[in-house]
Amino acid sequence: MSRQRPRSYRRNALWVAAMVHRLSGIGLAVFLPFHFLVLGLSLQGAAKLDGFLRWAELPLVKLAQGGLIFLLAVHFLGGLRVLFVENFDSRGNQLRLATAAGSFAAVIAFAFLIRAF
Amino acid sequence: MNVHLYIWQRGTAALLAPMVLVHLAVIFYATRQGLSAAEIFSRTRGSLAWGTFYGAFVVSAAIHAAIGIGNILCEWTPMRDKTARGLSLLFGLFLVVVGARAVLAVVFG
Repeated sequence: MSRQRPRSYRRNALWVAAMVHRLSGIGLAVFLPFHFLVLGLSLQGAAKLDGFLRWAELPLVKLAQGGLIFLLAVHFLGGLRVLFVENFDSRGNQLRLATAAGSFAAVIAFAFLIRAF
Repeated sequence: MNVHLYIWQRGTAALLAPMVLVHLAVIFYATRQGLSAAEIFSRTRGSLAWGTFYGAFVVSAAIHAAIGIGNILCEWTPMRDKTARGLSLLFGLFLVVVGARAVLAVVFG
């Protein structure tokens, strides 16, 4: 009987970066249709869209928007790193770049929240 | 993922990168005093530039997302590749339709 292999790769920061990229992509893909449907509300008049935008002013909804900004920023910056690695003779420290991408995305989301509240 | 899908995914990623940067800047600018339909329409209504920009954004994002979701379905579910690609194509087409509707709504009303 074979023993289960230890999944030590899960402790690798670049594996975590790849997973963050993938999960943020799933989050954005789930969010996109709703985003488009909300903007489409304006076809039924500005009042309909305004009604939604008033709901979007609730603190919890603003917090969720901050989360979406983080997903967009981390997917964007993580994607830039992937494009960079694949297309250039990159000698940069990938671990450092991935950490910087995550940190900068968090700063962008935090700046959005400060602005929103 | 075959070579064609790989090129389409990375190609749309390269296109999306500057668009996301502009979109983030618009989000920060637009939320400076809270959002309203009138404020959004004052920027977008009748603007061919914003219509073209967000039209291209929708198409690129739909292609990019569909390929990505297809990859995930192939790798993380027991689904057959053909089924996964078919479903992700449907998802991409759905994104193009609702996205184009959203752009038309805010640009032309």
